[in-house]
Amino acid sequence: MKPAAFRYHRPRSLAEALALLAEHGPQAKLIAGGQSLGPLMNMRLAQPAELVDLNSLAGLDFVNENEDAIEIGALATHHALATSPLVRKSCPLLAEAAQSIGHYAIRTRGTLGGSLAHADPAAQLPLVAATLGAEIVAAGPRGERRIPAAGFFVSLMSTVLEPDEILVSVRVPKAAPGERHAYLQFSRRRGDFAIVAVATTLLVDKKGNARNLRLGIGGAEDKPVVLTDFASGEKPDAVARKAREAVNPAETPRVPAVYRRELVEVLARRALLEAMGK
Amino acid sequence: MSEFELTVNGSRYAVRAEPRKLLCDVLREDCRLTGTHVGCEHGVCGACTVLVDGRPARACLIYAVQMQGSSITTIEAIAAGGRPSRLQQALHEAHGLQCGFCTPGIVMTFEAYLKENPRPSEEEVRDVLSGNLCRCTGYQNIVAAILKAADAEA
Repeated sequence: MKPAAFRYHRPRSLAEALALLAEHGPQAKLIAGGQSLGPLMNMRLAQPAELVDLNSLAGLDFVNENEDAIEIGALATHHALATSPLVRKSCPLLAEAAQSIGHYAIRTRGTLGGSLAHADPAAQLPLVAATLGAEIVAAGPRGERRIPAAGFFVSLMSTVLEPDEILVSVRVPKAAPGERHAYLQFSRRRGDFAIVAVATTLLVDKKGNARNLRLGIGGAEDKPVVLTDFASGEKPDAVARKAREAVNPAETPRVPAVYRRELVEVLARRALLEAMGK
Repeated sequence: MSEFELTVNGSRYAVRAEPRKLLCDVLREDCRLTGTHVGCEHGVCGACTVLVDGRPARACLIYAVQMQGSSITTIEAIAAGGRPSRLQQALHEAHGLQCGFCTPGIVMTFEAYLKENPRPSEEEVRDVLSGNLCRCTGYQNIVAAILKAADAEA
């Protein structure tokens, strides 16, 4: 349970970090909080030759507000997201989901950028980024580019980031006035990755019907699935059935596909009821 | 080999180690601070929890070489002047440990947590404690001890 040998780099600026990636290409791996990469390296599932530590890049842990979005630096920790008054007020779904990640000592180290770039299909932050329509900002030798979260995740632990790019920040749209949300996950133990997780945002009209419904599903496929094509006022039971039919989970030895489908339906219904009752 | 300096419990240690050497192993083998225990070595059990700049962190998911410029606190610093902290005293009084292997990690986690949330509910304590595995399954008394320590801090 000791990692393979690597060369350690500690760039002091983004330009220096990008230069290291340009020099070493796919041999280099970025580390931020190390809460996903650390276990993979200890178990030797990952054996990067060059480890580029981003923790000396000053100013990448910011949480800023502008008119319609919250901009968050890649090095902001899960704990910072869960406790930031700005995030809690303007992106409450993000704060609530961040609070459910792993454990206290994981949240104080793990970062927003790390979780998105790692792209575990059952993780909270990729799901919430996709559900909220966040925009991911990557820096590279060709400058900066903005990537909608919907197109960022490719498959299991794979994103559209190029080997010479660094995820630097995320722009998360603010909740609309009156917007409600819920985040629910099912896992066998507190702190485990979800078998299935569901995130939703919606508005409730005067008749008590859900409008502008967005439903994100994590853990069911190799990347988050986001459904928005619902009729105004569609009932939770109907939405949940659609969600069940929309996903195509893989058969895995410990979790049969039909079980994940069932969880999608149950959690989607509960999440909608919770959000509408809030 | 890398040569670097670590600040642990306010003291400086000159360390010569491979970059891949885990913080928990450097603390135990190079700094000779064996109070930090090593359990699962992949961030699950919480036994190796120390404080990095005042925040709890798994010492098995950090390479010691990353800690240049950070301030590390281990269990050895908690009983200042030989007097147990409130939390340690409460663990003693409530019989909050059996074999004691998980205890340093639990103490470090909650020394930090009780500063952040001095009056946690039992549910909050259990939620945070979920990050520290006790294979003697002595959770009842650990929870009781933490609540007792929180009460004493009020």
